[in-house]
Amino acid sequence: MTEHFKIDKPDERNMLDDTAQGVLGTPMNRPDGPLKVTGTAMYAHEWHPEGLCHGVLVRAGKGPGNLTHLGTDEVRTMPGVIDVVTDQRLLSVPAQGMANAAPEQGHDRIAYDGQPVALVVAESFEQARFAAQSMEVVVEPDEGAHYDPWAADTKVETPKAKQSSQGDLDKAMTDAAVTVDETYTTAGHNSGAMEPHTSVAQWDGDRLTLHGSYQMLKFNKNELADSLGIKPDNVRILSPYVGGGFGSKLGICHEAVAAALASREIGRPVSVALSRQQVLEATMRRSETRQRVRLAADAEGNMSGMGHHSLVSNLGSQSFAEPVTQATPFLYKGENREIVQQVAETDRMCAGSVRAPGEAVGILAVEVAMDELAEKLGIDPVDLRLRNIPDKDPTKEIPFSSHMLGECLRSGAKSFGWDKRQKAGMRREGEWLVGMGVSSAVRVNFVIEAKARVRLDPEGTAVVETDMTDIGTGSYAIFTQIAAEMLGLPPSQVRVVLGDTDLPPGSGSGGSFGAASTGTAIWLACDNIRKTLAGKLGVESDDLTLKDGEAIAGNKRMRLSEILNSEALTAEGHVEPGKTSKEVRQATWGAHFAEVAVNAVTGEPRVRRMHGVFSAGRILNEKTARSQCLGGMTWGIGMALTEELLFDMRDGHLANRDFAEYHIPVNADVPQIEVDLLHERDAWANPMQVKGIGELGICGAGAAVANAIYNASGVRVRDFPATLDKIMAGLS
Amino acid sequence: MKTDLKINGELRSLDADSRTTLLDALRNHLGLTGSKKGCDHGQCGACTVLVNGRRINSCLSLACMHDGDEITTIEGLGTPEQMSALQKAFVDHDGYQCGYCTPGQICSAEGMLQEMKEGWPSHVSGTLDGPPKLTADEISERMSGNLCRCAAYPNIVDAILEVGASETKEAAE
Repeated sequence: MTEHFKIDKPDERNMLDDTAQGVLGTPMNRPDGPLKVTGTAMYAHEWHPEGLCHGVLVRAGKGPGNLTHLGTDEVRTMPGVIDVVTDQRLLSVPAQGMANAAPEQGHDRIAYDGQPVALVVAESFEQARFAAQSMEVVVEPDEGAHYDPWAADTKVETPKAKQSSQGDLDKAMTDAAVTVDETYTTAGHNSGAMEPHTSVAQWDGDRLTLHGSYQMLKFNKNELADSLGIKPDNVRILSPYVGGGFGSKLGICHEAVAAALASREIGRPVSVALSRQQVLEATMRRSETRQRVRLAADAEGNMSGMGHHSLVSNLGSQSFAEPVTQATPFLYKGENREIVQQVAETDRMCAGSVRAPGEAVGILAVEVAMDELAEKLGIDPVDLRLRNIPDKDPTKEIPFSSHMLGECLRSGAKSFGWDKRQKAGMRREGEWLVGMGVSSAVRVNFVIEAKARVRLDPEGTAVVETDMTDIGTGSYAIFTQIAAEMLGLPPSQVRVVLGDTDLPPGSGSGGSFGAASTGTAIWLACDNIRKTLAGKLGVESDDLTLKDGEAIAGNKRMRLSEILNSEALTAEGHVEPGKTSKEVRQATWGAHFAEVAVNAVTGEPRVRRMHGVFSAGRILNEKTARSQCLGGMTWGIGMALTEELLFDMRDGHLANRDFAEYHIPVNADVPQIEVDLLHERDAWANPMQVKGIGELGICGAGAAVANAIYNASGVRVRDFPATLDKIMAGLS
Repeated sequence: MKTDLKINGELRSLDADSRTTLLDALRNHLGLTGSKKGCDHGQCGACTVLVNGRRINSCLSLACMHDGDEITTIEGLGTPEQMSALQKAFVDHDGYQCGYCTPGQICSAEGMLQEMKEGWPSHVSGTLDGPPKLTADEISERMSGNLCRCAAYPNIVDAILEVGASETKEAAE
């Protein structure tokens, strides 16, 4: 039986407030924890089927250009080499998130430096690696390639659908008592998931089984099938454990197609893992951005206008452009607004989704600009933000489904001790200048179509099944809790099976929509089972209480096993986004507070304290939700201070393609961050009142750090990351 | 190349290509896939194991260099049914998210707590003499060779603090 629900209106019943099991929202440990901490969770690279061979991808060391020679003959005779795959179905770039079809393929044309062009398969990994590194690859580079997005002769697109304007911003800027008009730049970023992309492919006749590290299996299945030219029904992808994604594993990637082609050709299972260097140079990058932000306000700090002009880059073949201005239309008041989004066509590696595409970098710039405005006005930066919270979406003129920014700012300011903040450059401890910074956090919220199946077995245990993934987000935990709560079972009686395309297609992990989308599908399936149980007891489902494996209705109390009478109940939940995604503005909200010390001699910035307050509807698990926020805030530290993809603009190659040179935050860079979760119910979101929290923590976190650097030292850095050289240049 | 190793208390013989790293030997030849490969260049720490009680990056060491060595991997510390104190603390404090760096974090923490007990100072220790104090700063500093992109760092620190404090208490009693 399928319970279908299109979210066309708010669900005010708040059913989960009335259920009796009491496990939802609790800080339950992850059920997958014991496997992860003992090294027994099976990630893709852990699958070693009988007869496994090892494949290593070969890269083109120049691009763009034409591939004129591949030294396959020499490599084929090397010890242990079984095959060299140079099939034109090898991917040129990975698929973008939710592409659902093959991305660009083939390697006669090399689109960028680092593009994989062949796979060497050998008996051992050592043999495959040596042979792959030995292979001669000759590329005739193009004349006149463009690598630098800011260069005057680089082609810039201005897609019509992505521009918007209301009122007259130029006039508002002229009329305003105080304005900010500054340009900010952010560097390119890499997702840097700890598990490099890995696929183990095996064929049984025409049917391919692939153990892969992927986020969105229902799309990946179609992308892989399309890339290989086979029917989707012949593809099964398994990703029960994924070692981090952050966008990098949204779409099918080089290693999956290469492993599948090789395995087909040689008739043995093949394992291909990208090296860390290949992850950095050939998966997805977040584009660097250049953002002009304009703000106009009266002398009291009431904003009348806001402009956000962004320029990002990508390969000419790609339609994806980092949606930098995504939250600008609705974050602050102002009747005059102008949004410009441009994309420069560059001949470098592909740009795509990296955690919180858009807001991650867009809010960084806007929130530093807000700090500049507060400074010019002489108004407290928290007050300036509070003063400019709109009472409805100022662009679309539709209501907000909920709005918690003000509460997050006020609550955070109190907990953090914001009242002790001094004027810029006033606090000094030895050679350290110390300051505080604040930023708003905002991220758009949405649901995508998802299905899930729930089976209640006669002995009173339940199984939840969907192809949804857990990429570290806590899917196993929260789905266990949703089913346990809805069916009145202790969590130990619920088993969640994920990451298998043979199961009903969930949402996949991306865009913070996993919990709300797939969670709602599970909720719907459970609701259907509740209705069936109520029917069997002859009561309305609203009058049914389920707790600890028992059903209570009126004066009846029965074990589920008695009601089920040896018969399992199975239901499928199916959710689709509906009118509520258009009729109201849905977003998640938060506030970041940071205390940063800047070394007066070296310019070194150290984050001393950080406090985040977030609101994202009903919190399903206090522990895993907090962890998501910790992670996001730490990404903010990285973005503000250290992370930077460095391309050599002479030839487009990525110069820092490993963790020694691309600096993600280490333990010592991160203080014992505090996170508060403010509870709310958002009936417009879905029947569970749940919103996404996976990306909220990153949005604005870097701005709080940057604003604290200014408050500490009086140095305003507008070019991120704010490395010590840039700070030192401003120290007097 | 023949190499004899004592892994998790068990004698294991290996006959692998001399280029095989200790990490690949564990994963591809000995069926111990708990140790992870995050970078293969000693930059992330996901492959951390204990060799004769000291933590090392197993990806930076050739298996054949370890003839006769005693090696402890994550599998040797505990099982899902019988977790070690650190493994349990990591679960309780949510000291992981995706779990990929976790075996390395836990092996590294085992080695680190031993280093603390032996009085090794660190960059953030107030003094080079005397036993260092088990603080969040000390743990952060000493665990910075183990990257976690999910950024469970504060929870990792809390988990290690809890175990370290209880070990210190036990030692005092």
